[in-house]
Amino acid sequence: MWQAGSKESNDCLITLKKSDKTKIKIDSIVGHLFHNQILNAVKDTLKSDNINNVEVLVEDKGALDYTIRARLKVAIKRMMKDV
Amino acid sequence: MFRSLLFVPGNNPSMLQNADIFMSDAIIFDLEDSVNLDEKDNARNLVETYLLTTKELPKAVVLRINPVNSDLVDDDLKLLQTRKIDYLLLPKANKISLFVLDKILKKIENKIELKPTKVICLIEETKSVIDIYELAKHERVEALMLGAEDLTSELEINRTTEGKELLYSRSRIIYAAISNKLIPIDTPFTDIDNQDGLIQDCKNALNLGMKAKTAIHPSQLETINEIFSPSQKAIKWAEAVLKKAKELNKGAFQFEGKMIDRPVLEKAKKIIEKAKLFELM
Repeated sequence: MWQAGSKESNDCLITLKKSDKTKIKIDSIVGHLFHNQILNAVKDTLKSDNINNVEVLVEDKGALDYTIRARLKVAIKRMMKDV
Repeated sequence: MFRSLLFVPGNNPSMLQNADIFMSDAIIFDLEDSVNLDEKDNARNLVETYLLTTKELPKAVVLRINPVNSDLVDDDLKLLQTRKIDYLLLPKANKISLFVLDKILKKIENKIELKPTKVICLIEETKSVIDIYELAKHERVEALMLGAEDLTSELEINRTTEGKELLYSRSRIIYAAISNKLIPIDTPFTDIDNQDGLIQDCKNALNLGMKAKTAIHPSQLETINEIFSPSQKAIKWAEAVLKKAKELNKGAFQFEGKMIDRPVLEKAKKIIEKAKLFELM
């Protein structure tokens, strides 16, 4: 399991696990408004880094788009370092 | 030219997302002291993504990198590829670290065709205070900034609101900076809730010759900007003096009972230049 970010206000904690297929779970305080944007940010980042077969959990405390992307990129880098 | 520079921890999304609305003349995105070792990658990536995706960036972007003798600095300097960084703040600046940084930067600039990156030297060691004139002459250096916390720690002395313990280091920085046409920038006042202390500290620094001050909290910016800006009274005086000088076209003349000559006219011009730059007139 690899993590990046935090549960502080305006941040998000990304947890990444290996999986048999790609699964994305979003738990956001603004999910009712921005679920799709968060989902797109995660999908885009996974695609640009060519990452498949991972389980992504986004615990979002109101992070902006670039913060979600940055945190996910670090989680991916940390995973790649270990794999 | 600055009056205020605000430190923003590189791993703090709340501060980052408001960076462009703070009343600061520059934002220092910090990758060094305010970021834990195991969070350096998070901070670096957050700042990088912020710089690449944010439309309204602060007036000036400064990046405080980790020391050049650490294994972190190479990754820090990859952020230059964003082409959004105006200045690098070099911690523990001394003759060796500046030399090393210059070498690394030349390689990067050649590789990615980047114009020479300007450097602000953070003077926080006794040996740097001693070698300050050599640092000030370096072509990359644009400003000298006092870092009093590390310096007083090395000296094993306490900081006071009165600031007598900083008189020597402040003066060295000011004389080295001004004589080399650089900006002397004062150390932050770390007692965030002490507004009276901040005012006193700003005035002490200003009266010695500091031209700007760093802040560690947005609440300090209004005071710093006000004290380091020319007052409306000074602006009106400068306008009147320059107008009179133009009318009389003399080397020296009297204005409001005082003699005005070249140095006074230069002072008036600087006041107007600053007032225009900071949109005070």
